[in-house]
Amino acid sequence: MDPSFILIQTLNGVQYGLLLFLIASGLTLIFGIMHIINLAHGALYMVGAYLAFWLTGYTGNLFLAIVLALPLAVALGIAIERFLIQRLYERDHLDQVLLTFGLILVFDALQSIFWGNDVHGVAVPALLSGSIALTDNLNYPVYRLFISAICLAIALGMYVLIQRTRLGMIIRGGASNREMVSALGINIRWVYTLVFAVGAALAAFAGMIAAPVSSVYPGMGSTILIICFVVVVIGGLGSVKGAFLGALMVGLVYTWGTVLVPQFAGAVVYALMAAVLLWKPRGLFA
Amino acid sequence: MHSVSRPIQILLVLLSALLLLYPLFGEALAGNAYDYWLQKMTTVMILAILAVSLDLLVGVAGMVSIAHAAFFGLAGYTVVLVAPEWEPGNLWILLPAALVIAALASLVMGLLIIRTSGIFFIMATIAFSQMIYYIFHDSDFAGGSDGAYLFSTPETMVMGRSLLDLGDRLTLFYVTLISLLLIYLLLRIVLRAPFGRVLIGIRENEQRVRALGYNPSFYKLSAFVIGGTIAGFAGVLSAIQYQYIDPSQVNWHLSAEVLVMVILGGLGSLYGPILGAFAFEGLHYTFSSFTRHWQLPMGIVVIVMVLMLPRGIAGGLEWLSERLGRRFEAPAPSARKPTEEHRAAEQHND
Repeated sequence: MDPSFILIQTLNGVQYGLLLFLIASGLTLIFGIMHIINLAHGALYMVGAYLAFWLTGYTGNLFLAIVLALPLAVALGIAIERFLIQRLYERDHLDQVLLTFGLILVFDALQSIFWGNDVHGVAVPALLSGSIALTDNLNYPVYRLFISAICLAIALGMYVLIQRTRLGMIIRGGASNREMVSALGINIRWVYTLVFAVGAALAAFAGMIAAPVSSVYPGMGSTILIICFVVVVIGGLGSVKGAFLGALMVGLVYTWGTVLVPQFAGAVVYALMAAVLLWKPRGLFA
Repeated sequence: MHSVSRPIQILLVLLSALLLLYPLFGEALAGNAYDYWLQKMTTVMILAILAVSLDLLVGVAGMVSIAHAAFFGLAGYTVVLVAPEWEPGNLWILLPAALVIAALASLVMGLLIIRTSGIFFIMATIAFSQMIYYIFHDSDFAGGSDGAYLFSTPETMVMGRSLLDLGDRLTLFYVTLISLLLIYLLLRIVLRAPFGRVLIGIRENEQRVRALGYNPSFYKLSAFVIGGTIAGFAGVLSAIQYQYIDPSQVNWHLSAEVLVMVILGGLGSLYGPILGAFAFEGLHYTFSSFTRHWQLPMGIVVIVMVLMLPRGIAGGLEWLSERLGRRFEAPAPSARKPTEEHRAAEQHND
């Protein structure tokens, strides 16, 4: 195994891990702050990917498609929170599981009605379609580096937002004591709506930028949802830092698993999860 | 909710009798579709076994598990893979093997996650059950995503004679029906026993049960393994009925559907989830008869159900039965949750 091959696989693993972080961070934030388990989070990723595919078809440009699709995703997030999730804050987790499972069924059916059940591809934007020479005979696609860079920038932005701003302070306060925050005159309902919409937008955005790499297909949301559960379980519920490290670990283990033990590629990340749970039963940072 | 009132008991006996007698009047009623409905009802009863065993975990012990299909499918795969390829397998080997595998899998999974609770527990059950799904989906030994066939129905030899021909649809129908009734009665007995009382206590207040000197983890793990093993039994019946298994029967979507059956029927009532399985499959059948996209109306039903009818069919029946009871001025024995808890506490003090 030559070093450039190792480098490429590692870069792929990091890129996949960073993408997982975008989705898993929304999941873990929605749990940490709102105490809601959202099974439809993967469906939002799928919606993002299909919107990117659909709008790229119209506009001919992925970036334009993303600019048009993001407000749609935010609106969808707000609508889901306002009309459905909001009724579940005082209810059991079981009800949250069922309602969001119902949403998955609805989204899967709508996807099948609007876009059919074929696998679609989305073209990499011309600007980023080149590749960078790593060695004399090995190239690495620029678009994958671009995904990593964007995800890193968002992760950094989230850190600053949550740890360094007033809004972040309110969010952290809402996570630890909801009643106290609303007693201080802050409209916690809007904070919840905001957090849910941002989580939904992050998942949808991840779907959009992943579309050229992973292609667009039915059931893609379900696959990514489970992997993100693994990330959140490893990192510890509600911890964004845990989600970041968990996502990188899962991304690397998954990519290397596919290379080294293709027969059990799907199962290695779960072995990692089992190992973490044996060591820390509540995840690394909980 | 844990003792069944008289009117509901009568209803359940009537429904069971109706099923039991279906082969007698079915031909007159359904005509050419008789055979189709016989098989369909066998399938629904298998799902009902799955649902009632999940109710033990979710409704009784308060553990929201989305791993139930994993044990169902694992047992089914065991039957298909252990059976010899060119001759009928021996049920007295296949059945125990499948049950042991399902029990072991639920024990190992349970040991890893039983100490967690809430959302973490839910996520971990989904994740581990998907691990089992991917093992079957990605690898060759079980046919990968194409699934695997059981080439001949297992034999039930007792002292050199075949006891039952499970390949016969009518026989399998009765075997499934009787299994369902026996499992239901077994779980009812478990609920009345101190073991069941402790489980109910854990759902209501785990700290208090711990303070009374019980070890909640032991009881939860036992319930998890019992539930997983019964799910495995359902998986064996399903493998025998379809003579085929594929990874979709291990997928968490099936687990979530069974969970919908449990809630639709009525959480914690044991008989409710059985009715829920029939209701869910009835809806599924109705919706898919007029649209290919049956998931859309089904999803909407699930959402509306969660928002409007949290107590399910059993809740509705109990409300009706209480009104009936009042009309005839008979006391309706409907135990409230806190009473159960106190009873669990009292039993310990005795």
